[in-house]
Amino acid sequence: MKIKAKTIGLAVYFGLLLLPIYWMLNMSLRTNANILGSFALYPHHLTFDNYLKIFTDKSWYMGYVNSITYVSINTAISLSTALPAAYAFSRFHFLGDKHVFFWLLTNRMAPAAVFLLPFFQLYSTFDLIDTHIAVALAHCLFNVPLAVWILEGFMSGVPREIDETAFIDGYSFPRFFITIFVPLIRAGIGVTAFFCFMFSWVELLLARTLTTTNAKPIAATMTRTVSATGLDWGLLAAAGILTIVPGALVIWFVRNHLAKGFALGRV
Amino acid sequence: MEKWEDNKAWYLVIPVIIIVAFSAIIPLMTVVNYSVQDIFGPGERVFVGSEWFKDVLSDYRLHEALWRQFLFSGLVLLIEIPLGILIALAMPTRGWGVSASLVTLALPLLIPWNVIGTIWIIFTRPDIGLFGSIVNGLGVAFDHTARPLDAWITLMLMEVWHWTPLVALLAYAGLRAIPHAYYQAARIDSASSWAVFRYIQLPKMRGVLTIAVLLRFMDSFLIYAEPFVLTGGGPGNSTTFLSIYLVKIAVGQFDLGPAAAFSLVYFVIILLFSWLFYQALQNIGKGEAR
Repeated sequence: MKIKAKTIGLAVYFGLLLLPIYWMLNMSLRTNANILGSFALYPHHLTFDNYLKIFTDKSWYMGYVNSITYVSINTAISLSTALPAAYAFSRFHFLGDKHVFFWLLTNRMAPAAVFLLPFFQLYSTFDLIDTHIAVALAHCLFNVPLAVWILEGFMSGVPREIDETAFIDGYSFPRFFITIFVPLIRAGIGVTAFFCFMFSWVELLLARTLTTTNAKPIAATMTRTVSATGLDWGLLAAAGILTIVPGALVIWFVRNHLAKGFALGRV
Repeated sequence: MEKWEDNKAWYLVIPVIIIVAFSAIIPLMTVVNYSVQDIFGPGERVFVGSEWFKDVLSDYRLHEALWRQFLFSGLVLLIEIPLGILIALAMPTRGWGVSASLVTLALPLLIPWNVIGTIWIIFTRPDIGLFGSIVNGLGVAFDHTARPLDAWITLMLMEVWHWTPLVALLAYAGLRAIPHAYYQAARIDSASSWAVFRYIQLPKMRGVLTIAVLLRFMDSFLIYAEPFVLTGGGPGNSTTFLSIYLVKIAVGQFDLGPAAAFSLVYFVIILLFSWLFYQALQNIGKGEAR
């Protein structure tokens, strides 16, 4: 009986969670006049015009390409630098370790508004404005600390005897790290990769400040749907539905790592 | 678990420090620089010392926004953390349900924040929005543009809808990282499911829950785009949170000096509370079930 109540509760929660997204899907398949004209639980006259516009207009679909490019670069940088650092924090005492660990997180705590101008100046100095690498680097400011923190949590859950046994067995550090340790914390790596992707994907202020046309993110392109004649609801909803797709694919690919988690039997 | 003592571990940390410091140090120092100067234009600036800080600290509108912000972040933590843990516990552990739940959970997180606000505007409209029309259909006069309480309820609903999945995902991954041996031991002791939760799952989730609490605290304290789009800080000033007020000063009035001082005060408040949360969560349950 208990299990049943759990499942029902979860189903209700997921139902509520999907409602606003369903409403967005519903709007994306209707014309503006239709959306504003009447209340409709489902689109009576399906139209794919909103999606067609996004897939045929270069300024629209390039927004997705730009976002995917810098988000992928960012996720790669974040994970590859954070993995060794998180290992250091979880396994070693070293001079200033606690301070550095907390300092990392403080980089997520600054309100963005006033920092945008100095950011622009800094990246102009390095001639990086309107490049994907600029946004990817800027997003490292909040993603690298997050990655270190999440990974450290998972690594600390792995008993240190595993490291010791491997070193006694003659594993070098890089070989131990890649062939034994990384598979053990793949749930953590999965979560971290998804979170880096997600936070970089939805960040708008920095991405918009550091780009003009060539690397303009999709979230900035979407603000164009606000015009003098009002909001283009249908187009915005279609673009919104499409912004969910890449991240949903990412979590689809990491889902098995998330679900399997910890498997001591592999060592 | 005692850690090894070795300063060579610094080599593993250096890449992270370089990459973060590149974007962190210079902008922060520039903002500190703004905060002690009155800036009229390029090259025209006067050193004013702590004047902006005094102004900011005695600004009653800022105090109001600060209390509002504490109320908001407090509610966010009280609702989202327990709810997220419950969801993670209820989620299936094998079969197709796992993939389905994980992908579903991720959906709200992936929508850009400005779009979230827009979606909720139309979702809550009484004439053409699902939520608005259902609530009004039940005979409740609900209008988040006119009544402060309704605006708060809408914001909280949006916030819980948007961010609880983050807590649930973290908690779920934390639960999956618990070795089966622990559950087997609990079964041999015929422990109740509450005991399993209290003495195995909760302590083992401490790491991920610390991150969840800190992330939710920081991000809800810095919340800008969603309430700005949904309510614009209104009705009146009832949903004007700190960052909405900050942007008003920084962009609206282009008072760079006061805005910079405000940002630094804001930053220090978040820093202080994050540190307190961090210390508290590190020390809770020290010495039990490790």
